[in-house]
Amino acid sequence: MSLLSAEHVCVRYGDVEVLHDISLSVAPGEIVTILGPNGSGKSTLLRALLGIVPVAEGRMLRQAGLRIGYVPQKLAVERTMPITVRRFLSLPVRVSDRSAKEALVRVGMEGLDDQELSDLSGGQLQRVLLARALLDQPGLLMLDEPTQGLDQPGEASFYRLIEEVRRDTGAAVLMVSHDLHVVMAASDRVICLNGHICCEGTPRVVSTAPEYRALFGLGTQGALALYRHEHDHDHADGHHHQDHPHHHHHDHDHA
Amino acid sequence: MAITIRTIRIITIMTMTMLDDFLIRAGLAAIGLSLATGPLGAFVVWRRMAYFGDATSHAAILGVALALATDLPVGVGTLVVALAMAVTVASLAARGWAMDTTLGVLAHSALAFGLVAVSFIHGVRTDLSAYLFGDILAVTRVELGLVWLGSLAVLALLAWRWQALLTATLSEDLAHAAGIKPERERLVLVLALALVVAVALKVVGALLIAAMLIIPAATARGLSRTPEAMAALATLAGAIAGIGGLGLSLWQDTPTGPSIVVVAALMFAVGSGWRRT
Repeated sequence: MSLLSAEHVCVRYGDVEVLHDISLSVAPGEIVTILGPNGSGKSTLLRALLGIVPVAEGRMLRQAGLRIGYVPQKLAVERTMPITVRRFLSLPVRVSDRSAKEALVRVGMEGLDDQELSDLSGGQLQRVLLARALLDQPGLLMLDEPTQGLDQPGEASFYRLIEEVRRDTGAAVLMVSHDLHVVMAASDRVICLNGHICCEGTPRVVSTAPEYRALFGLGTQGALALYRHEHDHDHADGHHHQDHPHHHHHDHDHA
Repeated sequence: MAITIRTIRIITIMTMTMLDDFLIRAGLAAIGLSLATGPLGAFVVWRRMAYFGDATSHAAILGVALALATDLPVGVGTLVVALAMAVTVASLAARGWAMDTTLGVLAHSALAFGLVAVSFIHGVRTDLSAYLFGDILAVTRVELGLVWLGSLAVLALLAWRWQALLTATLSEDLAHAAGIKPERERLVLVLALALVVAVALKVVGALLIAAMLIIPAATARGLSRTPEAMAALATLAGAIAGIGGLGLSLWQDTPTGPSIVVVAALMFAVGSGWRRT
């Protein structure tokens, strides 16, 4: 039983077909990442799944009563618009002070209520957007390049937060990204996109697939190797990543 | 019972007598108008619709010309033409036209066509400045009623759509994902703008309506932390500018519409200077 699925979906902008014959599904509690280079249509796919962009062909199914929390790619808050974090959380549905506080604590932004949105740093804003998406207790979180503009530590801690949220709330996560290594670490399944689905599978399977290598070139190998190295090191320190999807793989590496 | 009826009668008579005073009527018209221009002006500022306000209000002059030519009430003419202009601009914007150029062409063309058209109608030429700069001191009771009716309608419309409007203003994608249609909310603002233009024509005139939308809202920005506070403060600033402008106009015998805008601008200057210190 999947939460959300697309069957043979095509999206066209005028005469240009930006997405061709996309079929995918997201199961409860899983973290799926759509990975692709710039212009591969990954944001468009997410927006089509959300119903923002109309679909030319194919169909999409949602589990009845599924609540989706959406974190957009970026939020350009006009300096002319005064709005505090607390007020923002009450858009478009007003929420109680208690739920607002809980959501901010959840993303590690407690006490930020009275900050103006336009004064937040990129990382803080992403967390506030996530807090807002969590207020509705969604069964599925959809994130569009959530770490764009964050530095590497910021990026890593944001993906850790996503995993925590999945563990604590059981929400599935479907996100879009063009950055490779950290995403690989945080996903159960990766869908490689370039106008169509090139390949799909666990991060390990995808990273060795010829389609993936063709799409991202050799440069990624270094990054992935770096990631593995870090992870091995982490592992040797005796940290136990109980919910980490790669746990078993790395056990094999050691053996 | 008898006392109540008598009280009501006395209050009614007092009110009527009060409304006989042109200054009271002018003051009430200014306050009524700011009820609408405050919150709507906030949206104009947030959405960078300043030029949009210009185009719509300049089109009102064309509306005046058409109304005079067809013997329709001026209010109806301005409302219809302002609405047509606002809808045109909004749909061009949705199609991704370069807005500053498009609006520049439309705003000034509408004004020029309107001015030329009015000159063909005999006996109007001398009165034209009333439409360009407003004639708040000549507001009749009926016009005062229309100002309040229009302003309250705009206020009610904005209050009804408030949450959706704010969401769509912050991010159209967030609005979409929450089941809000950004195009519909844009239409709400367009409708509100046309209504305000029709109502404000008599008070500040076609050339300065946009100023009454933008300046009080800009003044309120530095003093507010939430959208609601900004809308409320913009209303207050607009009302103060209205009363202050009336005072300035009486004291120095200056044209009233521009005097109101002068007071609003002075408040803005003081406000931004005060924030800096």
